[in-house]
Amino acid sequence: MIQISQPPRHAAAATARTVMGQERVLNALRQMLRIRRFEEQAEKQTGIFRPGTQIKKIAGFLHLYIGQEAVQTGFAQHLDPTIDATVTSYRCHALAILAGEPTTALMAELFGKDTGNARGKGGSMHFFSKKSRMLGGHGIVGGQIPVGTGAAFSAKYLKTGGVSVSYLGDGAVPQGTFHESLNLAALWKLPAIYVVENNRYGMGTACSRAVSVENIAEAKAPGYGMVGLTCDGLDLYDVWATAKEAVALARSGQPVLVEAKTYRYRGHSASDAGLYRTKDEVDAYKKLDPIERIKTDLLSCGWLTAAAWDTLEEDVASEVATAVRFAEDSPEPPLNELATHVYAATPAAKG
Amino acid sequence: MTVATPPFRASRPINQKTEPFLGRKATVLGNGLQLLNLRMAICQAIAEEMERDPTIVVMGEEVAQYNGAYKVTKGLLDEFGPDRVLDTPITESGFTGLAVGAAMTGLRPVIEYMSWNFSFPAFDQIISNASKMSYMTGGLFNVPLVMRGPNGAGPRVSSQHSHAVEALFAHFPGLIVVSPSTPFDAKGLMKTALRQQNPVCFLENEMLYGYEQDIPVADYAIPFGVGDIKRPGRDCTIVAVNRSVHWALEAAEELAKSGIDCEVVDPRTVKPLDIGLIAESVRKTNRLVTVEECYQTGGIGAEIATQIVQMCFDDLDAPPERVTTSENPMPYAANLEHETLPKPHRIIAAVRRACSR
Repeated sequence: MIQISQPPRHAAAATARTVMGQERVLNALRQMLRIRRFEEQAEKQTGIFRPGTQIKKIAGFLHLYIGQEAVQTGFAQHLDPTIDATVTSYRCHALAILAGEPTTALMAELFGKDTGNARGKGGSMHFFSKKSRMLGGHGIVGGQIPVGTGAAFSAKYLKTGGVSVSYLGDGAVPQGTFHESLNLAALWKLPAIYVVENNRYGMGTACSRAVSVENIAEAKAPGYGMVGLTCDGLDLYDVWATAKEAVALARSGQPVLVEAKTYRYRGHSASDAGLYRTKDEVDAYKKLDPIERIKTDLLSCGWLTAAAWDTLEEDVASEVATAVRFAEDSPEPPLNELATHVYAATPAAKG
Repeated sequence: MTVATPPFRASRPINQKTEPFLGRKATVLGNGLQLLNLRMAICQAIAEEMERDPTIVVMGEEVAQYNGAYKVTKGLLDEFGPDRVLDTPITESGFTGLAVGAAMTGLRPVIEYMSWNFSFPAFDQIISNASKMSYMTGGLFNVPLVMRGPNGAGPRVSSQHSHAVEALFAHFPGLIVVSPSTPFDAKGLMKTALRQQNPVCFLENEMLYGYEQDIPVADYAIPFGVGDIKRPGRDCTIVAVNRSVHWALEAAEELAKSGIDCEVVDPRTVKPLDIGLIAESVRKTNRLVTVEECYQTGGIGAEIATQIVQMCFDDLDAPPERVTTSENPMPYAANLEHETLPKPHRIIAAVRRACSR
């Protein structure tokens, strides 16, 4: 068995459970489980595990967040969706669920249905939430980082008190948009948080083969005059404590770069066989499964009973089943949808 | 409010009365008219809309303290302050994406590319984010963003600083492409750009910034997709945009001496395109010559010619002619640059070919 080491915990992580309180911890656990089960079901609906069958309700790319749930869930606890904004890469299912978008509409989007989150026009990589200011869902590596920076600019200009959180993978760190955004945020003192979810691989390339430093936030943040924080992205309490500090700094006008060291248990996308890493490695990280850890912790402290866990699992399974039924029963977009929304209001040419 | 195009005076010399640069403040002539040049017209449109709409912010390289590399934003910093008029670092991808995010969250940014050649580092933000946001969100988010700056060849600035990008950006659904040739058009189109919800590529031209015209003092807007006849004529339709309009007018004057009466049609916006006005003209003249600073392959002329052949096949007396920038990177040498651009002598040759049928 290979040895893995996660970063030291934030000083406030030890008391995170107590400070959060039972209701919020249980809610976070519920959110993480909803994300996990939603994506497991989506994976099934691609049909890739049923070769020879015709089941292929979900096509295209499907980038699963399984294993990384603690990161965005931990941050979401500190955000106010009425003023704060979030944006992420194509691995965007979790962020939309955390934004409060109904899983029915999200599953329908994956099925390419008219009732989908983006009317069936976006698909897996382009989930959005208008009401919770979740700005995507972006398919080009690093392309979302300046967009999140712009949301921070708006918050500052409009004096809303809001912050923006831009999530990106370790694979986006070498992109120019990352550096351009950090420079602008630090230069203009924007209420912006950048969270590098280092899941160890940019597609099939290990982070160590793509990024010149081991600890991204620690090494890069000082170069822009920013605060850099590192946390264990597999530990909800550590993420929660780190996010609390990051959000407080950003609200005071100090941009922050966070590296959350995490792991994805599935491939880069659903079609990735993962030949670039060993089963031993995946198994070692699975021992740190963020959902299992919280569950075990809550069972041992008495905030969760085995019966309550079973009920939670049943609730979530029922929700996901409902989402699939809704998606299956929904109509495809009518063909006249092809030309709508190309422009906000289609400019009419004369003649 | 839409107003009629004021009498167009192609012979008005450049840089006579409005230099040195005056920002938004023009010389009022009486009769409800003011004299200003094209850079001032754009500045005035932005300033007037900034007064009306507090969500408009202007950002770009050198737009604030330096007053703009070409002085289009002169005076805006003094008038509206550093919160609304911001110098960015040289970071086109960064500030374009920032503007997209700001536009999605309640602001209406106007960003300047010092030259559209410098928009290429931001290409992904313009195409993958700005142009597709409305569609891929199923209409949840719009991007009310104006991207502006000089476009086309400058004076002897060689390969990397001479691109015309009308056709390039018109290729992508979701973008509006505006390419004005006169101060009147520039002001009216900028007003429209700042009152709608889509990303707009507003393509100016360094060589036209000093071009003067008497335009109304009163507020007016020119809708997208409505072209303008810059010179009426009977014998041949010349469709041109931006600086090419002026070359076409020059060619038309020369051709008139030998009895060829050209009609010069300026679509003003390449997307949406007023193909109806062009077709109307071709049905009258039976001949089509397109002129543009883009390259021939996949250029605006290719699109216009195809649509016109489809719409007016029986009206055409000659195959459509295209006059474009020749298919080579812009050379520095004066004689080579002259031959590369769609200058009047090449337009005259194309019209004569069309009219010889």
